[in-house]
Amino acid sequence: MNPAYRRHHPKWHRARMPIFWWLRKWSYFRFIARELTSLFVAYAAVLLLVELRAVGAGPEALARFTAWLRSPPVVALHVVVLLALLFHTLTWLHLAPRAMVVRLGSRRVPDVAVLMGHYGGWLAASGLVAWVLLR
Amino acid sequence: MREPGLWLLFSAGGTLAALFLPVLVAVLWVAPGVGWLEPPAHQALAAVSGGVVGRLLLTALIVLALYHWAHRFRYTLYDGLQLYHLNQLIAALTYGVATVLSVVAVVVVWG
Repeated sequence: MNPAYRRHHPKWHRARMPIFWWLRKWSYFRFIARELTSLFVAYAAVLLLVELRAVGAGPEALARFTAWLRSPPVVALHVVVLLALLFHTLTWLHLAPRAMVVRLGSRRVPDVAVLMGHYGGWLAASGLVAWVLLR
Repeated sequence: MREPGLWLLFSAGGTLAALFLPVLVAVLWVAPGVGWLEPPAHQALAAVSGGVVGRLLLTALIVLALYHWAHRFRYTLYDGLQLYHLNQLIAALTYGVATVLSVVAVVVVWG
């Protein structure tokens, strides 16, 4: 919702909702969980910057960074980060067929084909990145 | 910036994050941390972060991912915690943090 259209307005009647309204139902919780994946997206962006700085500072700095990666709490954190980002990817890709209508001639391409196309793109992007980094 | 422009940044960042972040987190941080893979060699990473194409892609990914966070987190606070009266402050903080970190990103990637 665009807040420009409905600013808080004290004269309006608003039913009070508890702060944790989204814990009441699985589908509400999933919605908030999806929205909160953005925190992990930001974490990954910032940690990429930290690693890039280490790369720029030389092999010793990078070795210190990778040593930090091996400590158990950091491993646990990054497993959670990975799961959250996979949740982001799946929910994001599944929105694609709803957000875009693809036509071939006069026929609409079925949603499944649009979805599969996006999965294909994800697979290709992942393969390319892994190949560049690990070759 | 107006809503459509912010939404475009959010959307572009969400797509880049969806396509590229899981593999980066897995290959750069989780697998070497657990010991499944050797971490990528310094030479390989320096080659990526030193080339023009690598720098452009990294800048786009990091900057747009930050604006994706800003926009989505703004509305998570707005709707999730019902902080309607703090709308302006939340917007200033989220987009402000994303902008500052974007400047840092440009300095780190291109400096």
